[in-house]
Amino acid sequence: MNAPAAIATHAGRPSVRQLLAAAPGAVYLLVILCALLAVWRPEFLSAANLTNVALQVAVLVIVSLGMTLVILTEGIDLSLGAVLGLAGVVMGLALVGGYPFPLAIAAALAVGLAFGLANGALIAWAGMPPFIVTLGTLGIAHSLAMVLTHGNSVTGLPAQVRWFNEGQVLGFPVPLVATAVLFLLTYLLLYHTRFGRYVFAIGGNRRALALSGVRVSAYLIAVYAFAGAMAAAASFVMTARMNAAHPTIALGLEFDAIAAVVLGGTSFEKGRGGIVGTLAGAAAVGVLRNGLNLLGVSAEWQVAAIGLVIIGGVAFDSIRGRT
Amino acid sequence: MTQGMLALPRFLARLPADRLFVVVTRATALVAIVLVLSLLSPHFFTFQNLMNVLRQASLQFILSAGLTLVILTGGIDLSVGAVLGLSACLGASLIVSGHVALGIAAALAAGLACGLANGMLVTQLRIPAFIATYGMLWIAHGLTYVFMKGEVIHGFDKGFRFIGAGHVGPIPAPVIAAAILLGLLYVLLHHTRLGRGIYAIGGNPVAARLSGMPVNRYLITVYALSGVLAAFAGLVVIARVNAADPGTGEELLLAAIAAVCLGGTSLFGGQGGIGGTIVGSLILALVINGMNLLNVSTFWQAGGMGLIVLVSVFADQVGGRRVNAAVHHRGGKP
Repeated sequence: MNAPAAIATHAGRPSVRQLLAAAPGAVYLLVILCALLAVWRPEFLSAANLTNVALQVAVLVIVSLGMTLVILTEGIDLSLGAVLGLAGVVMGLALVGGYPFPLAIAAALAVGLAFGLANGALIAWAGMPPFIVTLGTLGIAHSLAMVLTHGNSVTGLPAQVRWFNEGQVLGFPVPLVATAVLFLLTYLLLYHTRFGRYVFAIGGNRRALALSGVRVSAYLIAVYAFAGAMAAAASFVMTARMNAAHPTIALGLEFDAIAAVVLGGTSFEKGRGGIVGTLAGAAAVGVLRNGLNLLGVSAEWQVAAIGLVIIGGVAFDSIRGRT
Repeated sequence: MTQGMLALPRFLARLPADRLFVVVTRATALVAIVLVLSLLSPHFFTFQNLMNVLRQASLQFILSAGLTLVILTGGIDLSVGAVLGLSACLGASLIVSGHVALGIAAALAAGLACGLANGMLVTQLRIPAFIATYGMLWIAHGLTYVFMKGEVIHGFDKGFRFIGAGHVGPIPAPVIAAAILLGLLYVLLHHTRLGRGIYAIGGNPVAARLSGMPVNRYLITVYALSGVLAAFAGLVVIARVNAADPGTGEELLLAAIAAVCLGGTSLFGGQGGIGGTIVGSLILALVINGMNLLNVSTFWQAGGMGLIVLVSVFADQVGGRRVNAAVHHRGGKP
């Protein structure tokens, strides 16, 4: 449950101070960044640039939704970027090979699901640490994508693919609609189903959950499978935006996703956090990247800056949790 | 079983069943790989190639040695590859302009700084090790690219290149460096207070803290050592290839972890050791050598490493547990 709501139920109407104290770091970062950018670079607030930011953030939000569930269970998935790349490559190759569109999409989703299931099974059944399992599958997914494409991009995709980027539903761009739909889906799953309650409980007290007769392994596997499927879904938008499938395009995207989740106030311990915060976190990471671009800061500095943001976010959380 | 089959060397007979499982599987893997490669490739059993394997294994060991200490405490250092790259590039820029000693010092200092930062984050701010060092990975990585501006530094002093490319008699210099390092770390782990502390923290951090051990100081020392050794590995690597580019070390993280896991050091801490990492490095070097000899595309290398990590950790988790359960069930030693 997100923090403001929790306070509201416990103490009646929360004071502004309580709300501010409970807001995740992303909200502060977002406000500060937007204020600074609006002053320094007025073009930041133009409709064109804001739409651009939203489109860029779409892929990150979708991946971060899955990552949030994984981190809520006190896990991590380092393979999501590589799996996204492999799913995109599989879809691209299937389309170029003349297979029908639905089949290509199903194949990509199957890749995401398969890697998620494998991650989950190794973590839940074999008791292996999540970061080591997903680091291993990162290597495997990356290798498969490189071998399938010989390291080249898959180009010459049929025009239908671009619908995922340029198409419109009710006047809204497809990437935004897709992100909204997947966000709502995850919201319902997390806050209105037994699965969702167990996700929080696995992070909170896995032993108690297991002792009360819940098949924790099955739910844990489902969480990683969900994250893998979301990465595959994100690959459709990514491939459409590039109009090509690159095997290495999303390597490191898991890093932005982890930053988004952490900034959004989800903790690596005790199942604290939620996906509303992640939305703010992804927006903050997106605005940070966009802002640094507008300010002419090179991509290399951006990488270092986001590394600092991750450590700073977790440190902030750790210090706040102690008081 | 006959008496003869039970006549294991004494140190093996004293091992718990799951550790014996690790020793037996690794020995089998080593022998099997050597057999397969000598059957498949006529070039395998040549002096030149075996020396190549040894040098590759030594580089691998130097890189994985510090990480072994970290993993023994139950922690992890995901930044070793990136720290290697950053310190190698910093050092290279000075070495190439003639300041060899200064360059080496700068590289080691950079590694030390990153390692100390990791240690502080883990102990003082109590950030989980995998997330603190993951953040450090990207910070170091970003700084490397900023520093290098996409360029390559090459052409080092001959004296400096000795550490990576030189020979003492027929033996490559990195092999000697690795041997000295192995000796030092063995003494550190098994004959010093810090070494006992490392195993104690990995085995039971709460008990270690309650027994009055300076746990935080030990942990910071271990992460600092990991950073310094990553920097040293970086110097050996650039001396060997005679060039440093911002991508140096990028792909070495998975290999570094693979060698430690292959060496049978438990990711949960407290079990394993530096001797295992030597064996792990050797197996890994043989696998890479085999892939090269058999003309396997380098695209497969990341996947191969990933698979090796997964299989060896899986085998120890599941196989070791089974063996232990079987022994306890029978109520005796195998």
